[in-house]
Amino acid sequence: MEAFTTHTGVGVPLRRSNVDTDQIIPAVYLKRVTRSGFEDGLFAAWRGDEQFVLNREPFRAGSVLVAGPDFGTGSSREHAVWALMDYGFRVVISSRFADIFRGNSGKQGLVAAQCEQSDVELLWKLLENEPGTEVTVDLTRNTVVAKDFTAPFTIDEYTRWRLLEGLDDIALTLRHADDIATFERNRPGWLPNTEPVPVS
Amino acid sequence: MSRTLAEKVWEAHVVRHGTGAEPDLLYIDLHLLHEVTSPQAFDGLRQAGRPLRRPDLTIATEDHNVPTVDIELPIADPVSRTQVETLRKNCADFGVRLHPMGDAEQGIVHVVGPQLGLTQPGMTVVCGDSHTSTHGAFGALAFGIGTSEVEHVMATQTLPLKPFKTMAITVDGTLRPGVTAKDVILAVIARIGTGGGQGYVLEYRGSAIEALSMEARMTVCNMSIEAGARAGMIAPDQTTFDYLRGRPHAPSGADWDTAVEYWKSLRTDEGAEFDAEVHLDADDLTPFVTWGTNPGQGLPLSASVPDPEAIVDENERVAAEKALSYMGLTAGTPLRDIHVDTVFLGSCTNGRIEDLRAAADVLRGHRVAEGVRMLVVPGSMRVRAQAEAEGLHEVFLAAGAEWRQAGCSMCLGMNPDQLKPGERSASTSNRNFEGRQGKGGRTHLVSPLVAAATAVRGTLSSPADLV
Repeated sequence: MEAFTTHTGVGVPLRRSNVDTDQIIPAVYLKRVTRSGFEDGLFAAWRGDEQFVLNREPFRAGSVLVAGPDFGTGSSREHAVWALMDYGFRVVISSRFADIFRGNSGKQGLVAAQCEQSDVELLWKLLENEPGTEVTVDLTRNTVVAKDFTAPFTIDEYTRWRLLEGLDDIALTLRHADDIATFERNRPGWLPNTEPVPVS
Repeated sequence: MSRTLAEKVWEAHVVRHGTGAEPDLLYIDLHLLHEVTSPQAFDGLRQAGRPLRRPDLTIATEDHNVPTVDIELPIADPVSRTQVETLRKNCADFGVRLHPMGDAEQGIVHVVGPQLGLTQPGMTVVCGDSHTSTHGAFGALAFGIGTSEVEHVMATQTLPLKPFKTMAITVDGTLRPGVTAKDVILAVIARIGTGGGQGYVLEYRGSAIEALSMEARMTVCNMSIEAGARAGMIAPDQTTFDYLRGRPHAPSGADWDTAVEYWKSLRTDEGAEFDAEVHLDADDLTPFVTWGTNPGQGLPLSASVPDPEAIVDENERVAAEKALSYMGLTAGTPLRDIHVDTVFLGSCTNGRIEDLRAAADVLRGHRVAEGVRMLVVPGSMRVRAQAEAEGLHEVFLAAGAEWRQAGCSMCLGMNPDQLKPGERSASTSNRNFEGRQGKGGRTHLVSPLVAAATAVRGTLSSPADLV
């Protein structure tokens, strides 16, 4: 994973609450077996509307999404994070994130920055009144800055550390392979076994 | 120290406690796979040259993408076919047992695990699917994960996680006839909201929950995610043990006694404290339906479409206005006057044998209304076979409904079973999001009883309306 310290890009106001992962990317776009190219499915239903924010300049080239509360609810599809990142987003700002979406973001290097709803409202007004305003999200200081607007954001400390260092979760866990092996030796024998098949 | 059920299961699976901001490392007892969220994870293993650590704790089925008609033919959509074929290749390469289309044990991953006896009390169960919360009905800690985490479990059989907060949802009293587990959970979500459970494991308890069958408990736990929660749990009891005994992967002989002894300890201790508590009175509940575009936008069937003007919170009001516009509904319309085009009976929420029996009982001697199509999609091939052994399929077919093969089907409209733009469904599934069942489709979430009665009358109805 690429390390993230700070990012500056055009802010995109998305005045909607409860943006679920079916809105971020509908199920029909989940059939690919590769990990790239999901930008065409991003907000697919809304992008048919020419007034939708991503269909308007200068928001089209945005990379910091500012959304309403409860962003990313619903399905566990990590494709939602891939679609946002493939489109070019590096940060989503919201006052509340769904748990699985937040987790998936942290694994992929998309910063889910949690701000107070009052700050989200101020940012929306700024981005709507002055379209094209750039927003700087600084993970070293946990701040969102746009023109003379500054607000703090929160993010889980461990995720923040991993993002700043660009560390791969699996490699971190495998440092504790001995602990895992010890745990496995002590598991009760009656726990179910799925009866795997010989490798062909 | 007194502990909750969730805390007991968590502690029993900690491989390593985190220090400071570091999460705990949690062992995973069962990893369920399907075709949609696994291909990129298998690829990740290959690229890193890592083995699948525990194929013996991993099982796969084809469900999200598969057609529910003509399953003996190749899948028509080439992209869907590739995804299913990729799962087959991955399972063969890594030695994972797979239940493919046509197999007697194929079906929706959350129906298959429990019916095989793979889901047991006190286990940790994960799957790249948010409705993994279903398995919590057994007193397991079960939750949905993203594809990166799927790869993490494949490589390490663990997940780094911070402990969840705990919330008790106590439902006391007795459900009235015609009121089901689905109505209970829709009422819970309407009460706490789609974000109310964020960061929590919900423990459902109280006399009304204890009185539920295992399948009804699965319906309740299934939709925990719709309240924003990671997981839902119900303490195991005699109902749980009776369901498990004799299932293919359940312990037997002396192991059974040892297991039951342990399972009996999996209860929230007297005096243990939850981080939050919610109470509902079962006697107050009536059939519940959704009117909007998130599962928290629900009301009793006897109510009318709400007026957004009356909603104080600005975000909620705007959300309600957008929902009514999308749903093509006018404030003040009685919910019972809403016409549907389609009725969908199935999904990991309500695609089990008891759901099919309940719907068939309502449909017996009736016809599906003119202009309405009803799809009956069993949750698994085993459910389908059981229904046919009981003659339920004849009831559905005689009523004019379609009797399909097993899969997720119209719950998420990934296969050809979709609503057309503007079409309206009464659906026993779990999500009424915009476009969930097909672009432009409009979804009302209902119980199997309401689904069947609605099919007969053509408008949202309960069985009592048929008399």
